[in-house]
Amino acid sequence: MVTREMQDILADAREHGWVMEPQAKRFFGLAGIDVPRGGLARTPEEASQIARVTGYPVVAKVVSPAVIHKSDIGGVVTGLANREGLEEAFSRLSETDGFEGLLVEEQLEGIEVIIGAKIDRQFGPVILMGLGGTMAEIYGDVALRMAPITERDVSSMVGGLKGKVLFTGYRGSRPPDMAALTTLVTTFSIIIEEIGDRIDSVDLNPVLCSWKRCTVADARIMLKRS
Amino acid sequence: MDLLKLFQPKTMAVIGVSLTNESHPANVIFNKNNLRQQVRVVAVNNRGGELRGEKVYESISHVPGQVDLVVIATKAHLVPDVLSECVQAGAGAGIIISGGFAETGRKDLQDRVRAIATEGGFPFVGPNCLGIYSPPYLDTFFIPSERIVRPEQGKVALVSQSGGVLVDHMVKCAAEGVGVSAAVSIGNKAMVRETDLIRYFSEDPGTSVITFYVEGFDENEGRQFVTAAGECPKPIIIMKTGKTLEGTKAVKSHTASMAGDYAVFSSVMSQYGIVEATDEFELISFAEALSCYPGSIEGRVAVVTGSGGHGALCVDACAAHGLTVPGLDETAQGELRGQVSPVIQDIASFRNPIDLTGSSVDDDFAAVLRYLSRRQDIDCIIALLLPYLPGISTDLGARIGMIYQQEKKPIIAYVPHVEKYWMLIEGFMLNDVPVAHSVEDAVHMAEALKRHRSW
Repeated sequence: MVTREMQDILADAREHGWVMEPQAKRFFGLAGIDVPRGGLARTPEEASQIARVTGYPVVAKVVSPAVIHKSDIGGVVTGLANREGLEEAFSRLSETDGFEGLLVEEQLEGIEVIIGAKIDRQFGPVILMGLGGTMAEIYGDVALRMAPITERDVSSMVGGLKGKVLFTGYRGSRPPDMAALTTLVTTFSIIIEEIGDRIDSVDLNPVLCSWKRCTVADARIMLKRS
Repeated sequence: MDLLKLFQPKTMAVIGVSLTNESHPANVIFNKNNLRQQVRVVAVNNRGGELRGEKVYESISHVPGQVDLVVIATKAHLVPDVLSECVQAGAGAGIIISGGFAETGRKDLQDRVRAIATEGGFPFVGPNCLGIYSPPYLDTFFIPSERIVRPEQGKVALVSQSGGVLVDHMVKCAAEGVGVSAAVSIGNKAMVRETDLIRYFSEDPGTSVITFYVEGFDENEGRQFVTAAGECPKPIIIMKTGKTLEGTKAVKSHTASMAGDYAVFSSVMSQYGIVEATDEFELISFAEALSCYPGSIEGRVAVVTGSGGHGALCVDACAAHGLTVPGLDETAQGELRGQVSPVIQDIASFRNPIDLTGSSVDDDFAAVLRYLSRRQDIDCIIALLLPYLPGISTDLGARIGMIYQQEKKPIIAYVPHVEKYWMLIEGFMLNDVPVAHSVEDAVHMAEALKRHRSW
């Protein structure tokens, strides 16, 4: 499952110790996992070209090896409805330390899920799933399993969450596509086992799950310290 | 790794007995095995001589015949040479009691010992341990016999990284009437480790439940442990300490920060159907419950009581522990009512919890338990026995035990006072009905049956 290009992405990131969002998304996209449409813009013109293709509204995110948690520095701007807004975001975020560009992507909907992996000293590759977003650590509503995990494990992970009702639909909301979520988690588990010797941990956070798709809206891969 | 000679040796040599100090650990081990265990035991000290009228051999190579097991209790720096002699003499397996290895910074010495044993194909337990209690064959715990409370021989195998905690668990097993098939103190586990013991006990016909006290696993050892546990058909119970020791390294990912060492440990144990006990009382209760009923349940509990208050307490505790107490429908209630004494038909409640009231007699409990044992919508019964009710006799334990033996639906009994009602309790336990001494404990036992997963 791990292609030559995916190997190269991991190898190229060694210098920084982690794989930044555009490359991490490319990595998981190559494995067949759903990632948002969009691209990396180095100039305001490139940004609006990408937005024209994906269609407004768009999300803009700063790309910098110096920034691991983008939200902490206001590095994520959502709901940009037009070219003016996007260019304004570009000019502000281009001031960021280590700025390499702006990731411009389609705006997605759905519940925010975190899917993660960690190479545990005692148990090896471990998969985490739970309620995601910037509040993930505050609520800590997550389930953990040792990889490899099966489809049955995914449903028991969801069933063990305090917020499990979010996955079955509540107050008339349409529930997320559980088949897509299950495939995503089991595919992720297989990839993690294959690259377990090179990584420390992975966050897919948030993964946005709606009734029609489950898409990795942000990803980072922390590499093993050599 | 063939461990049979560790647990059922015919001949055992104790190396390092003192000719002058009767309370030396090796002497305690020699004496208690010589006097009370089935193994033939010989003493070894490089100066030779006599100990309590028995010949002391100068070396393992001087002992006539096959030696299945050697117990080494010499000073740490002598262990590598002693071990080499044992391997050369063709001994089958070893227990290294001596301390002074990795636990005191001498990992090099421990590695040397392991290398010698590995090359010689010689399994050993330890170092820095109490060794093995395996009735009626041997007992290498260097605790004088009069100072230890020994549980009866039974079906629970205890494995522990700490010798002290292990002795405590044995004392509590004895107090609860939980029988032990073997107890192993693995110490620094330089060679024989938890995973090897899962494999041994899963084949051992005398063991039906395995418990572990674990302080920590080495790199990737947790994965090996749960993989072996997943292949073991017998219930496994684990208690972990060191839960709060977390790495202090800077954490950069959400996942790494939320997937702490203990969170991972606990989740993976339950993923593999291993029952985690939070303290020693739970460990013993779980062992008792799972040694009586090694299957697993979904957790649909019927509560039968002679006191409404006890029933209510039990229902609350069930809810707090993830068990359900499903109400019986009108038909079932009517059928139950028809089976009890006329005097309680109108005062008892049959919905679940089933309160037979203080006017109930043995026959009422027996009829209700028989009926519930045959219902598909109930997979476990908690019987809150209050022997102070005038209509309840001490025969009821064996009667209910017989119902379990015939119907095979798990029944857990609660009896409030151990000494006063011992015959009642024995009637249960001899028939594989575990007995709890608090309502909460009875619910814990049911929870253990739910958390254990049969594969």
